This record gives sequence, structure tokens and C-alpha cells, in this order.
Amino acid sequence: MDFAHSFGLIIPDLLLSVSGLVLLLVVAWSGDKGARQIAIGAAAALFVAGFLLVPGLHGGAEGPATLGFGGLIKVDGFALFAKALIYLSAIGALMVAPAFFASPAAGSERGMRGEYPVLVLFACVGMGLMVSANDFMSLYLGLELNSLSAYVLAAILRRDARSGEAGLKYFVLGALASGILLYGMSLLYGFTGSTGFAAVRAGLSGELGYGALFGVIFVLSGLAFKISAVPFHMWTPDVYEGAPTPVTAFFATAPKVAAVALTARVVFEVFGAQVAAWQQIVMFTALASIIFGALGAIGQENLKRLLAYSSINNIGFILLGLAVANHSGAAAMLVYLFIYVVMSLGSFVALLMLRGEDGSLMETFADIRGLSITRPALAAALLIFMFSLAGIPPLLGFYAKFVVFQATVEAGLVAFGAIAIAASVIGAFYYIKFVKVMFFDPPAGVITGRSGAAHWVLLGLTAVIVSPLGYFLTRSLSDLADKAASALFLAV
Amino acid sequence: MEGLPLLSLMMLVPLMGALLCLFAGAQAARLIALVATLVTFLLGLVLWSGYEIGGPQWQFTERAELFAGFAWALGIDGIALMLILLSVFLMPICILASWEAIDKRVGEYMAAFLFMEVLMIGTFAAQDLFLFYVFFEAGLIPMYLIIGVWGGDNRIYASYKFFLYTLLGSVLMLIAMLWMVAEAGTSDIPTLMQYDFPPQAQTWLWLAFFASFAVKVPMWPFHTWLPDAHVQAPTAGSVILAGVLLKLGGYGFIRFSLPMFPEASAQFAWLVFALSMVAVVYTSLVALVQADMKKLIAYSSVAHMAIVTVGLFAFNVQGLEGAMIVMLSHGLVSGALFLCVGVIYDRLHTREIARYGGLATNMPYYALFFLLFTMASIGLPGTSGFVGEFLSLAGIYQISSTVALVCTTGIILGAAYMLYLYRRVAFGAQSNADAAAMPDITAREWAMMAPIAAAVLWMGVYPETFLAPMRADIAALDARLAAAAPKGDAQLAAGAPRGPANAIEHHQSADHASAKEGAH
Repeated sequence: MDFAHSFGLIIPDLLLSVSGLVLLLVVAWSGDKGARQIAIGAAAALFVAGFLLVPGLHGGAEGPATLGFGGLIKVDGFALFAKALIYLSAIGALMVAPAFFASPAAGSERGMRGEYPVLVLFACVGMGLMVSANDFMSLYLGLELNSLSAYVLAAILRRDARSGEAGLKYFVLGALASGILLYGMSLLYGFTGSTGFAAVRAGLSGELGYGALFGVIFVLSGLAFKISAVPFHMWTPDVYEGAPTPVTAFFATAPKVAAVALTARVVFEVFGAQVAAWQQIVMFTALASIIFGALGAIGQENLKRLLAYSSINNIGFILLGLAVANHSGAAAMLVYLFIYVVMSLGSFVALLMLRGEDGSLMETFADIRGLSITRPALAAALLIFMFSLAGIPPLLGFYAKFVVFQATVEAGLVAFGAIAIAASVIGAFYYIKFVKVMFFDPPAGVITGRSGAAHWVLLGLTAVIVSPLGYFLTRSLSDLADKAASALFLAV
Repeated sequence: MEGLPLLSLMMLVPLMGALLCLFAGAQAARLIALVATLVTFLLGLVLWSGYEIGGPQWQFTERAELFAGFAWALGIDGIALMLILLSVFLMPICILASWEAIDKRVGEYMAAFLFMEVLMIGTFAAQDLFLFYVFFEAGLIPMYLIIGVWGGDNRIYASYKFFLYTLLGSVLMLIAMLWMVAEAGTSDIPTLMQYDFPPQAQTWLWLAFFASFAVKVPMWPFHTWLPDAHVQAPTAGSVILAGVLLKLGGYGFIRFSLPMFPEASAQFAWLVFALSMVAVVYTSLVALVQADMKKLIAYSSVAHMAIVTVGLFAFNVQGLEGAMIVMLSHGLVSGALFLCVGVIYDRLHTREIARYGGLATNMPYYALFFLLFTMASIGLPGTSGFVGEFLSLAGIYQISSTVALVCTTGIILGAAYMLYLYRRVAFGAQSNADAAAMPDITAREWAMMAPIAAAVLWMGVYPETFLAPMRADIAALDARLAAAAPKGDAQLAAGAPRGPANAIEHHQSADHASAKEGAH
């Protein structure tokens, strides 16, 4: 493995790191005045980095040529797919940020801080490393780089008590999860003598001892925290509610993709020989997430909190694909991830557009009453997103659930799938409540503020993808997901 | 067939109309919707005239591999043709019925109806299992909005109930469909209709499909969403709900449950019979005591649909044909009855039966139409109701005389509650001054009622027009079911003629006996 080859693999990450550092210097010299330009610069860097992924993504990179740095990282088709999704969501989170931070919603501290785009960039570098990790060391490195950026992002409104609370909660619980993960990794290292994925996999073949089993469980628990799967989901509603909404949009998309991709890689590549050991855990987590995500959302008045529970619910369906533990399950999971990212991004952008007269953000059910009369386009977009999240055809959210359940049923887990799909009806309850409040109730008339072009563009784009037109994407999407998933199963 | 994709076109026209309506003003939206539905109806007539009776089983087929996992595959047989025609026939009438009654958010209302039309045509025409599911399930969204936005006082409860009930029913069907496709290796409906699933699996699959269709039909005890939804929906919403959406359940049984799982259908026939018998008697009695007109008609729908289900599970040609005719007839008649309620509701804004009375005096034409539809609902010979109910009951009589006996009481009870309703609304003293001052039906209302009345009489006098396109398909279905059909309790043996005077001279006595047996 020569260095040139290794560096060739991480050109997008290098580009992001260098841009992040340069932009940080710019912030240091220019202060927050140029924050908007910095955000544009960061988005451009992400866009270029995303563009660099295309050839590998299309060709379905796999095999030994994807290994770099002596096997520390593995930039295969799967990693590229996840990276592309991460960059896309990060661009979305950057697009909506300036308008948010300029509004009274940002509290006494008007104006975007220049650090915001830089932190997003570093988080993306960390996530890129997470999804291409091929060793527990690089995994942890990426995870922490992402997490540290995320803690700061959650608390970026320094004078806002809720934002600070969110940051602190995220940090404390995140550190706990990292500790659990590290402990699990150390156990696995102790029992197998290596941190490399391939070596650990080889060490875990055969009978699984109690110690190694604990290692597996601790690692999975740590990862479950990162993807906010039940029973490690408690932080999600608080953090989502407290963090500034663009940051919440970011949290709900990019880190979810990274953590899910990472989990998939760990369970398939590291624990691939011990499917029986983790499959039940993932199945339980998936079902519990679907059910608790749905039940928890029912009583919520705050829309961000509701979407937090909705993301827990969606993670359950994503894990359903993982629980199938085969190629089509992994491919279905990736398709779901893509659609989930688009739906979440769209819903959060729509939330960001719920502005009062002075531009402050409205975020409760009481505020959006009768939205369809006062702001029909916005209400229609939210209607599309909510029915899509509920998985009602002909919206694209149905297709996501369809592929996941197809994989489940084809693998013979019919009863499991039947329980999960019946539980999804509980979730439909609060999604249609959303629609009910917007369409059936008399207008509250508090949402009068205007939104910028960037919001409308993003909203329109996501709404079109989620609308039935999105079905025309399904062929190429499932093609890409297939290739990405097969990279994951090359080792098996 | 010529190259024109007629079915796609029939879906494209209302879709375009719907998108236009979203951006149009109130009056423009009404006109757009009317034109779009009329054009679709005309296309439907073209479809009917182009349909070749006795031709290939699936006509007007289209196929495009547009999506991953399933295809855009359309095609119709005679059964689908008739149901599509029912939908496109009722649609312009629904638009007319909403012409004045809907005065807020007209554009969105019309768009929702046109979307509904697209989805209904799609459901009946889909030839891919998953495409069917998409259309079948997507109807929830516009219907939820129609009930919730434009409905009555208790609309929110009704819309929730409608949505969640039907959703829960159909998600289990999706799992069953996924299993079937994994097993058979294709999602092509015509292929699946010939595929023999293992009997063990059929039981589960049948139950999963039953969960969905029984809610849609609706069968007792899954019917409780229906009265709520009907009562709260605007008039046109009720018409579509009763006229077409309930038929989706019956269509589901005839297209999926029976041909795909014949053994399981035979195994569970007793369940269907039991639920239907309860439905006929119980909901008829409930209908008898309703004080709300719409609720009464809603309960009568449940009773009529129970006749459909017994007919379907009679496993013979008469039963199947009868069930189809009852579905078509009920689509027309209950739709028309809801229109009749809508006409007086628009004038007095109450559905309470006691607030009316003696309408025959001041609204003679209205009373005439109302009487015709009442009689058709009862099943008076000469109307469509009679043909369907007679055939269904004749079919079920071959299987079980007990079921036939119980279900026939439905006709008597039906006469009781319908005539009682009619007496209270149209006859008697004009006790309410405001009701007595109501003007007779307008030209618009004539235009709504007259076509339905004509269709009802046509179907009653010459049902052959409607039976002919379906005959081959029903015969094919009957042949498919023949192996699994339960043995009936009817001892239909031809007796020896008493004497030559009363019998026609014949030579092939064996043929004659079997022909006679088939004619029952």
C-alpha cells in the first residue's frame, strides 16, 4: 500500500479538511461578518467533494483497491453511498442556516457565527471517516470528530438556555455512549487480539464466548445510542428540541446516515460470522424503536419533538432492513436511508419556514392551525412529507417501507414484518394529526413571515422527490443501493 | 387494440384537471372538474365500445417498466370494465352535486375528487400487484381530506376513524402480497390468478387479504367506520364512498381472494356467510331505528354489501354474477339515495328525518325520483336491485338454504326501513313549515338524478348489457373455483315428469336434466 494510493482514496475528505481549515482561518481574520460567504464556501466544498464520489459510486467500488492506510480505512461503494448522502444533507443544513441565524429565532445573538459552517465541514470529515472505517481505531476517531463538532453545533446559540441544555445533554450522554463503545471495543480487542475489522471477524469465528459476546453487545449499544434507537433514544427529543432548527435538521440526517452505515458495516463485516448473536438484538431494537417512536410522538405539542420521535420511529424501519442480515436487506436499508434523508430534510425546512410576523419561529401544533388557508403551498408540502413519513402511497415514503418489508418477507421473517407493519399504523396517527391541524382546524393566523429563496428551493426539491414523481428515481436508486450493498458483502 | 393507451389516458385527464383545479378560482375549478370528468366518462364509453366481448381475457393492456420492484401494468377484463364505468359515470354527478353545496376551498375540493377518480380507475385497471396496492391505498389521502375539510360537525373523529381503520386493514395485505410475490416470483396479477399457492399458506394469505377487504366492503363487525364516515362526509363524498370505494372490497374478493386462494376461500366461506348473515339482519334492524337519513342509508349499504359477499362466496356463476350486479346496482342506487338526501339537506341543512314530511306535495319530481331509488334499493322487479339480489340469492341457495333464508329476510327488512323512511320524508302531513316551503329540484339536480334513474331501470329491465362483458370472466373464475367449491345442501335433482301433457317433447333427456340443474 503506497501512500499515493491511500491519499487518492481520501481526496474528498482531504478537500473538506483543507477547506475547513482555510475557512476557519478566514473566520479568525474576518469575524462573523463573512459568515454567509463562508457558508457558501463550505457548501461549495461539499458539493465538489460529493462530485468526486460519483465515479466510484457509479462503478460500485469494491475489492482490495479500496483499502487505504494499511487497512485502516476502506473506501468502497458502500462508504461512497453513505458519504454522498452525508454531503447532500450537510449542504441542505448549510443552505437554511443563514436565514435562521439572522432571525429573532436565534435569540439575542443575531447573525450566523462563522464557526457554524466550519463545524459542519469537520463533522462531515468525521462522518466520512466513520463510514469508511475498517478498524476500530479509525472508527472511533471519526465518531469522536463528528461528535465533538456536533456537541458544539447543538450549543452554538450560547445565550439560549435551551440550546446550551441540548449541547450539554448531548455531550454527557454522548460521552457515556462513547465510553460504552470503547469498553466493548476493548473487550473485542482482548478476545481477538486486534482492532482491525477483518482480524476481529476472524477471531470471532466459531463459538462465541461470553466475554466476546459482551463486547458485541457493548459495541452495538454504543452504536444504538448514536443512531438513537430504542432503548438508547432518550436524548433525542431533548436535543432535537433544544438545538437550533438548522442544526436539528443536520442531526436528523447526516449523523444518522453515518451512524447507520457504520452500524451496518460493523455488524456485517465484523460480526458477520455471528449473525445469530446480533440479529435478535437488532430485531428487538427495530421493533422497539418503531413502537416507542410512534407512541412517544402521540402526546407531543412541539413539532420538533414530534419529528424527533418520528426519526426514532424511522430508525426502527431502517434497522428492520439491517435485521434481515442479507444483501437485499442492506440494499433496502440504503434506499430507506436516502428517502428518509430527503423527507426529514424537507420537513425540517418546512418547520424553518413557519415564521411569525417578526420572523421568529413557530414550533407548536397551536401555531400551525389552519395553515392550509393562510399558507397553502407550505401546508401542501408538509402534507406530502407527513403522509410520506407515514408510508402512505403514492408518496415515496411508501416505497422506502415497501423495499424494507420486501426484504424482510423474502428472508422469511414474515411474522416479524407483520408486527412491524401493524405498529406502523400507530405512527400514522400522529402524522395525520399534523395534517388534521393544518387542514381541518380554523386558522390561527400567526404564521405570516416570509421565507427566503433558499428555503423554497430546498422545500420544492425535496417535495418533488417525495411526491409520486420520485418513483421515477427508484430504478437508479435501487441500482446504486445494490452496488453499495454488494461492496459490504464482499467479505462474507 | 390500437396503440392508444386508453387507460393511461383516462387517468391522465383527471390528473391534469386536478392539477389545474389546485390553481384555479372557485367557478373555474368547478368547470374544469366537470369538463375533466365528462371527458373521462366519454373515454370510458370509448373503452366500453372498444371492449371486445368474447375477446381476450385482458384487453387494453399496457406495460412499462418504470419503477424498481413493480411495473406500470394496466389492463382490464369485463369485471374491471364495469367497475371503471361505474366510477366514471358517478364522477360528473358528484361534481354536479357539489356545485353549490361546496363554497369554501372549491379548487382543492375538486382536485381531491379528481385525484380520487385517477386512483379508482388505477385500482380497477392495475395488473401489477403492487401497483394495485399503491392505488388502493392512496385513496386514503384524498378521502381523508374530503371528510376532514368539507365534512359535518364530527368530521375529525370520522376522518381519523376512516383513515386508521382502513390503513390497519390494508398493511397486513401488503405483507401477504410481498410473500406471494416472493413465492410466485412475479407480481403480475393475471399470472398470480392462475398460480396455485400451497393450501397451508393460502389460509394466512386469505386472512390477510380479508383483513383489508372486509374493512373496505365493509363486513360486520368491521363496518363501524362507515356510518361515521358517511354521515360526516359531504354529499358527493358519500356518493363516492358508497358508490365506488365500497366496491373496492368486493372487487378485491373477486380479483384476489377467490381466484388466488380458492381452497382457503372455500375453507372460510362459512365465516363470510356467518358475518354476512349477521350483517343483513343486524344492520337492517339498526337502519330501522335511525333518525338520521344518511346513517340509515349507510347501514343499508352494509346490509346490501353483505348480499354481495354471500353471492361471491357461493362459488357458482349465479352468485358471482349476482354479486357483481348488486355491486353495480348498489353503486348507482345508494349513490342516488345519498344525492336525494343531499338535495333536501342543501335546502334545510338537516339530515334529521323528523324535520321533513309531506315532501311529495311540494316537491313532486323529487318524490318521484326518491321513490324510484327507494324501490330499487328494496329490490323491486324492474329495477337493478332485483336482478342482482335475485341472482345472488339464487346462487347461495345452491350452497345453503339456511343462508339464503336468512339473507332473504334482508329484502323484507330492507323494504321495511326504506318504505318507513320514504313515508316519513315524502308522505304524511306537512308538519314543518320550512320543509313545506322547499322548492322542487332544479335543472342541475335533474341532470344528476335522471341519468342514474335511467341506468337503474336499464339494468333492471335488460341486465344482459352489463352481464355480457363479464360473462366470460365469471365463467373463467367459476372454472377456477370448481375444484374447491363446497358441496351445497341443495338437492337439485330433476324429477321425472308427471305426464306428457305438461312436458315438452324431447329426446336427449340426460342433457335436459343437466341443463335444468344449471339453470337454478
